[in-house]
Amino acid sequence: MATEQEVNHIAELADVGINPEELAAFTHQFNAILEYFDVLDRVSGDTAPTRDLYNVMREDETDPSLPQEEVLRNAAAQEDGFIKAPRVM
Amino acid sequence: MAGHGITFEPDDRYNAFLTTCTKAPHGQGKLCGIAVAVKDNISTRGIETTCASKILKGYVPPYDAHVVGLLRQSGAAIVGKTNMDEFGMGTTTENSAFGPTLNPHDTARVPGGSSGGSAAAIAAGMVRMALGTDTGGSIRCPAAFCGIVGLKPTYGRVSRYGLIAYANSLEQIGPMGRTVSDVSTLMGVIAGHDRRDSTSHDRPYTHTPKGDIKGLKIGIPQEYFGPGVDPQVAAVVNKAIGRLEELGATTVSCSIPSMEYALAAYYVTCTSEASSNLARFDGVRYGPGADTKRSWHESFRDVRRAGFGPEVRRRIMLGTYALSSGYYGRYYAKAQIARENVKKDFTRIFSKVDVIAGPTMPTIAFTLGEKSEPLSMYLTDILTVPVNLAGIPAISVPCGTAEGMPVGLQIMGSPWEDERVIDVAYAYEQAVT
Amino acid sequence: MTEGQVIVGLEVHCQLDTRSKLFCGCSTDYRSDGPNTHVCPVCLGLPGAMPVLNKRSIEYALRVAKALNCSVLPESEFSRKNYFYPDLDKAYQITQYDKPLAEGGYLEIEGDEGGEKRIRITRIHVEEDPGRLVHRGSAERGKYSLVDYNRAGIPLIEIVSEPDMRSPKEARKFLNKLRATLEYLSVFDSEKEGSLRVDANISIKGSERVEVKNISSYKGVEKALLFEITRQKSLLRRGQKVDRETRHYLEARGVTQSSRSKEQEHDYRYFPEPDLRPLHVQSWVEGIVLPELPDARRERFIAQYRCSLNHARTLTGELRVANFFEKVVLADPVGLSTLAATWIADTLIGELNYRNMSIDGVDAPGFMELLTLIRQGTITDKSGIEVLRVMLDQRLNKQPCETPAAIVDRLNLAKTSGDPGALTVAIEEVITQHPKALEDYRNGKSGAINFLVGQVMKKTRGCADPGELNRLLTEALKQREAG
Repeated sequence: MATEQEVNHIAELADVGINPEELAAFTHQFNAILEYFDVLDRVSGDTAPTRDLYNVMREDETDPSLPQEEVLRNAAAQEDGFIKAPRVM
Repeated sequence: MAGHGITFEPDDRYNAFLTTCTKAPHGQGKLCGIAVAVKDNISTRGIETTCASKILKGYVPPYDAHVVGLLRQSGAAIVGKTNMDEFGMGTTTENSAFGPTLNPHDTARVPGGSSGGSAAAIAAGMVRMALGTDTGGSIRCPAAFCGIVGLKPTYGRVSRYGLIAYANSLEQIGPMGRTVSDVSTLMGVIAGHDRRDSTSHDRPYTHTPKGDIKGLKIGIPQEYFGPGVDPQVAAVVNKAIGRLEELGATTVSCSIPSMEYALAAYYVTCTSEASSNLARFDGVRYGPGADTKRSWHESFRDVRRAGFGPEVRRRIMLGTYALSSGYYGRYYAKAQIARENVKKDFTRIFSKVDVIAGPTMPTIAFTLGEKSEPLSMYLTDILTVPVNLAGIPAISVPCGTAEGMPVGLQIMGSPWEDERVIDVAYAYEQAVT
Repeated sequence: MTEGQVIVGLEVHCQLDTRSKLFCGCSTDYRSDGPNTHVCPVCLGLPGAMPVLNKRSIEYALRVAKALNCSVLPESEFSRKNYFYPDLDKAYQITQYDKPLAEGGYLEIEGDEGGEKRIRITRIHVEEDPGRLVHRGSAERGKYSLVDYNRAGIPLIEIVSEPDMRSPKEARKFLNKLRATLEYLSVFDSEKEGSLRVDANISIKGSERVEVKNISSYKGVEKALLFEITRQKSLLRRGQKVDRETRHYLEARGVTQSSRSKEQEHDYRYFPEPDLRPLHVQSWVEGIVLPELPDARRERFIAQYRCSLNHARTLTGELRVANFFEKVVLADPVGLSTLAATWIADTLIGELNYRNMSIDGVDAPGFMELLTLIRQGTITDKSGIEVLRVMLDQRLNKQPCETPAAIVDRLNLAKTSGDPGALTVAIEEVITQHPKALEDYRNGKSGAINFLVGQVMKKTRGCADPGELNRLLTEALKQREAG
């Protein structure tokens, strides 16, 4: 079962963030659910999933792109037509 | 070009709508002038689309979902976006960041989820039809709890282009309405191939419901009437099945052994896909805005911690865990094998019967706040998820009440037999109306 | 393998030259347009948008697989590679993981020890390019990034080699041969900026492997490898260990630098892309007819045009150069081939590189005319180079372009073999002006004659006929030998 530390690590990996007050309750609930998932250990067989469709493709033709204003419209910050993002350290 | 429009100013005392279009334009066509509500995880051009989440507050899509385009083409008036569990994650619409929707039959109770807003809007008479989405029961559950009709189409029958993804391999957009006829009409508008959805099949729907079910063989799975199902609900559904027998159908007992792990397979699959689908929400291209003065990683985490509710964060973490190195084989890979077993069970049963029937939900609508433990909430999906795992069509049609609250009869069919499922529901509805 | 042996493997990413992007219909011709103008809901990763695979990208990738002798898998599929970065708008890249398009193949190069060497190919797969980041700001105002998603969704082919290369030179040859092959297949345009990126894996036998990422030029590959090998060898010489790590190549400084450790611990959580369907394209390979590839063309140039092996290698090393050569000699292959081969391989390419010019900028008929003037003896080789430089500079600076004949006339470069008097005068002047050279000649110093030849050439502006000059100069010097 996952420790509070491991649960915190997963939150880091997924970049969702858990507040310290939430951590204990979260871990408890998390483990209850994982324990429930253990039933999958009893699943046997190695059937590869069957797919209904294959080779779904389109021709190499161009479609109109969005106008630049539409692309930028929902962005909180922009500069010279670029979308602004925090700097990766 | 001057078109027509309707005025839409409902008395929304149930918090069914997140956005209403007071003046809703419409064209000509099969749905000419009919007010249709759209669940708020379906992209509508020019109309705010939030998935009931703070992280999409203010997001206005620059494009329509395929089905929305079809609605407009058919002359429907899109009157508003309905409330839901955040990103579709929930069974009660209590996980909305903008307050829960109330059940019009009893405002102390939940309307079901995650398409609770659409169901309540129909049940309250605000609209005749609405679009919902069903990943693990999210159309059928609220249909059952609110006493209306809701269909989850065969996977691939309705385009998902524009549906803000929660679990790509499980979900479908589907029609909801007061009557089976309305649901069938709406299905006719939205079904069919879309070249922008690579999982979409070329299977249009042009059916008019027929009520003749003489000779129909109905499978009754023992797992749908087991100890987890409320006896009053089971009794009401059994009576409804009896009605179908009076109309000429016969019943056969059957079993779905894979139900033992179906729910686990469902939650592993949907949380895994969701953890990937929701990773794009960082406030940069849309959403509340990242603080560009801080570092990328810190800013990203803060936007998500503030923007996602606890259930969404929990599911993202479960999914991240299930896909992570060392665990993929044990969880995600195993869940896909489990799915194949569920499909096989259904194929085996459908070789002997035409449809399968049972309750949609194991209980009537819960009271608000009743299911506070996540796992206890997940367990209520047990009767709906096998359908999504197998990709088969299923409908919920109202079949009576227990403790004064609606009960839903669930009819499940073979892949691509949505028409048959509609017919069985129609036959029942006509017989009791 | 000997101890201390260098081991190199490359992962090469090339942009496939399709009209539209890998999963949407946005045009791939974005380089001359403003940021975020070639973007749609799909490649911007807007919620609800879905990918649809571009058929031509698979056709192109299969051409490459066939040309590199790979086996195409019976079933191939796309997977999601999940990680967070501002230029990755879905927070996952759609790529291929455990079921790539093709595996196992090889590319032959000229080995360091001579002869042909096979570099084995591990796998080939198709994936989408992320967007492009531009860094702005300062320490005082605060640093931030600007993102342009025009490049997001461009189709890439990734070709992974086995660690079969043993030197930076072999790596460069592999890369050149691969580039040429992809151009011959018409699936790739190497002149498009940023169309090729390389990650290299380098180790010294017995030590840990280092990955160097972010090499985006051909020259950069050899430089990065040289730097890295030197760095590793010097660590080992000092008795230190080479750490297994990922490093970034910094083009401007020519060095590799260790990446932050957070990036090294990526768990990409791969799983099959649920919005796409698998590929069954093994049977498509049979129908693919490959064009003439670099090796075959090289052999043909040797047989058909009697090129030397070295010239043939150079001429066929780039598609555009090979095409140019054949265009130039078309009218008179027998008469022009040898001259054209020498002039293109030994002179033109160098002059173009110096000016950072593409051979597309050279007018083939004009070049042919220049060769004809040289062949007829109208001008000397030296003058020919001068004329060529003028022609290239005029094209480069967008000036009106003169014909070679016009340039020869204007600059008075015609050979002066028809006027022995002028030549004799020039020779007399040069000998008089350089008494020391005459002295050296008398003392038997071997360099003296060459010096004097050079001076006469200078005086006659390269127009003297070399044979004539030698004869007259030798005579003049013999006359003075007696003193």
